[in-house]
Amino acid sequence: MLTAVFYVFASLLVLGALGVIAARNPVHAVLFLIFSFFNAAALFLLTGAEFLAMLLVIVYVGAVAVLFLFVVMMLDVDFAALKKGVSRNLPIGLAIGGLLLAELVAIYSIWPQLSVPQPSLSDPVSGSMTNTEALGHILYDKYLLAFQGSGLILLVAMIGAIVLTLRPKDGRVKRQNIADQVARRPSDAMEIIKVESGKGVDI
Amino acid sequence: MEPSLFHFQTLSAIVFTIGMLGIFMNRRNIIGILMSIELILLAVNINFVAFSGHFGDLGGQVMTLFVLTVAAAEAAIGLAILVIYFRSRGTIAVDDARQMQG
Repeated sequence: MLTAVFYVFASLLVLGALGVIAARNPVHAVLFLIFSFFNAAALFLLTGAEFLAMLLVIVYVGAVAVLFLFVVMMLDVDFAALKKGVSRNLPIGLAIGGLLLAELVAIYSIWPQLSVPQPSLSDPVSGSMTNTEALGHILYDKYLLAFQGSGLILLVAMIGAIVLTLRPKDGRVKRQNIADQVARRPSDAMEIIKVESGKGVDI
Repeated sequence: MEPSLFHFQTLSAIVFTIGMLGIFMNRRNIIGILMSIELILLAVNINFVAFSGHFGDLGGQVMTLFVLTVAAAEAAIGLAILVIYFRSRGTIAVDDARQMQG
């Protein structure tokens, strides 16, 4: 039963992935990518990784794919011209891809017969906790440093993306002019006004 | 009957190959290349999660979490570079990207 479900989602995932690389319209390609991520999330659910499945939907579908969609729609690019070299590169791509796929499937199919030693589990799943709870326990404990590091990576990416796309000349960016600051005198920066009671002041 | 590890590995291999084929096919289109990279990382994540489920070990899922983080950062930076490249050149064909070669 579960295998049938797996085949449904797996075939949809493969179809979506093929759509991503074959679609003529880049908006369609991004929508195929979103479709692929949904199917991958369903497959994650099938293996019991519930938290990652939800994360895939939220982070990828909600943020990354929408970012792609936004950029594709914002840039007015002639994508038909970019598709020209496709048929020239297709044979070599198919050859290398077929070879890689054959190698991978070959090694996976003989893998059970190899005498791979049973790995010692670093974080065995305990039956008493939910998936999210268990992940939180080891993420904030054993992998704390790596977790903080990934936060730093995201911070650097955010600052980098802002700095890269900032346009300095359009007047909205505030910059420091040191000569102006040094030349400032109390007389043109401050004014002492005697406020009479009941009158108020005009500024 | 539950799908075996081999099922997930084969699926991951297929998605990985499709992503690589996408890089070959969309050689001039940076957006296509970025989407193909996302597909490749998704294939890697499927493999991690499948092994995690097979061995009953959460380490694979933690690793997937970090892969997701790095993939999101990479997509953001890549698209930012794409936007400034498009602003300066008016195209996103990577064939023309020779202005940074020192």
